[in-house]
Amino acid sequence: MAAKPQPFAPTKVASTRDLADLQRAMWRVISRPLTADNQMQRIWSDGRRTSQLTAQIAKPNDRLTSFERLEIYNRMYWFRVLDSLYDDCPGLRAALGDAKFIQLAEAYLVKYPSGSFTLRDLPSRLAHFIRSEPRYTRPHTALCHDLARFEWARVVVFDTASQPVFTMNDLLDVSSARQGKLKLALQPYLQLLRLDYPVDDFVLAVKQREAELLRGEASNAPSTRRKVREKKTVLPKRARTHVAVHRLDSRIFFKRLEPAAYRVLTSLREGATLEQALVTGIPRGKKSRVDWAARVQAWFRNWMELGWLCTR
Amino acid sequence: MPANKFNGYTDYGIGIGLRIPHYGHILSRKPTVDWFEIISENFMVDGGRPLEVLDEILAQYRVVQHGVAMYFGAADGPNKEHLRRLKILTKRTKTPWLSDHLCWGSVDGTFSHDLLPMPYTMAAARQTAANIRRVRDYLEIPIAVENVSSYTEFHVSEMTEWEFLTEVVELADCGILLDVNNIYVSAQNHGFNPYDYIDHVPHHRVAQMHIAGHTKFEKYILDTHDHPVLDPVWKLYAHATKLCGVTATLLEWDDKIPSFDEVHDEALKANEYIAQAREAKIPAPRARAATSRK
Repeated sequence: MAAKPQPFAPTKVASTRDLADLQRAMWRVISRPLTADNQMQRIWSDGRRTSQLTAQIAKPNDRLTSFERLEIYNRMYWFRVLDSLYDDCPGLRAALGDAKFIQLAEAYLVKYPSGSFTLRDLPSRLAHFIRSEPRYTRPHTALCHDLARFEWARVVVFDTASQPVFTMNDLLDVSSARQGKLKLALQPYLQLLRLDYPVDDFVLAVKQREAELLRGEASNAPSTRRKVREKKTVLPKRARTHVAVHRLDSRIFFKRLEPAAYRVLTSLREGATLEQALVTGIPRGKKSRVDWAARVQAWFRNWMELGWLCTR
Repeated sequence: MPANKFNGYTDYGIGIGLRIPHYGHILSRKPTVDWFEIISENFMVDGGRPLEVLDEILAQYRVVQHGVAMYFGAADGPNKEHLRRLKILTKRTKTPWLSDHLCWGSVDGTFSHDLLPMPYTMAAARQTAANIRRVRDYLEIPIAVENVSSYTEFHVSEMTEWEFLTEVVELADCGILLDVNNIYVSAQNHGFNPYDYIDHVPHHRVAQMHIAGHTKFEKYILDTHDHPVLDPVWKLYAHATKLCGVTATLLEWDDKIPSFDEVHDEALKANEYIAQAREAKIPAPRARAATSRK
């Protein structure tokens, strides 16, 4: 005798376990990707009609079937999470175009649905996904990987903690003999990126274009609007780029770094003393010591002005 | 009920939601507002602009926290990291009570970021009440649960939504954030009488009310918070105010947000109904005998 098929959803909720089973069944329905025209898929993954499964969960009413009632949630789920990624990734979206971006975002969210109470964390694994599933971004996978890292860095910089800044007075408190052994920390919000593409300039250009478009939408001058829309996205060419994403007076900024400055900062972040960081960061032999001394001084002056350094 | 143990014995008047497009206006003009409701999750961060703005607001205004991701009805219970961050925020805001929704939205560690409806059964009510108690015991502040708008009903449900809400708040001994717009939306979507709902909830537990706008589609109504409050919702609000007494009231406007003044003026329309209730000198509602099911 054939085994009775397991019901898709429980027929009663008399325990916490039943409640979990019902919630799991509904989640499976509403988290399933929509069709190309934003409808709930009519056929389930095992070939059954989706309506057979939704009928086990939801009551129909005089206007809507069970399928249609759960479709409302299915659509709201996808619109919400895709909108969130859409807003957080303007550069990636511009590089791929809207259609390819949505394909990527949907595949990403199927593999990595939100594991956090806040939508802020939604793009946290996008760079990893792009690298591990290159088919969604070919032939621009490396560029898209950089963009996803850069755009996630912007999210992190916005609301990560800051520490009291390291000041000249703090430095004067340290005897000159011990200054080389000084351990400086970087602000937790400061993000240091070594990139294969100059995506900082690209994202700035995209955001500027979007702002122009928004202004165009609000304007009564249709000719201006058309002109703005005609501009094509020019993808950046490969070029090794070091960038700090930071904030000042609550606003996010990107600052290009010399490769040596990037190495010094990353060494400091890893816990090196000032002396060790300079030894790691500054190349030997190519330039005179005097040149480097002036440069390093300028870097540190600037970093202190920007409030990047704090005591460990 | 102007002040009760479910809203920390406060009498807060009419508030509006603190939303980003209004930050500049509020911080520069400092308009007179009874109180602001913040979405807790937007400020459960470690630093940056959200907390800087919040601190400026807290220096001048009363703030109440309203959450969207505690998911009291989730079978897996409250998320520990969420609770930890929420407690840090409550210390900062000194919110006299905290509200979140009578819904679920996460399962097996995955989050939907939606307010999903509950099956109305006693087992679900017991699990939800246990979750509310855990949250209240950890946060050590009064909790009010908000009824959500819903678009579906479950076969497994054994009672009406208002019976379920009553079971939950009696078992948890917590307050209600009565959202009259959500009652209207669900009543239209499921075909019940919204006045029955308001008549049957325990009025003495109502800590706060929500009003908002919604959008009517061909076959259902969606809770969009992108319009002024519609007349039938104002009528329900007036009815609820007569039964519950003058209660802290908040207008939700979350999409297509107009100017601060437009939102605030819409919220202040509630004063008309509050004045009627004050004039009627209705005695404060008292607890009815508990009628919990087995």
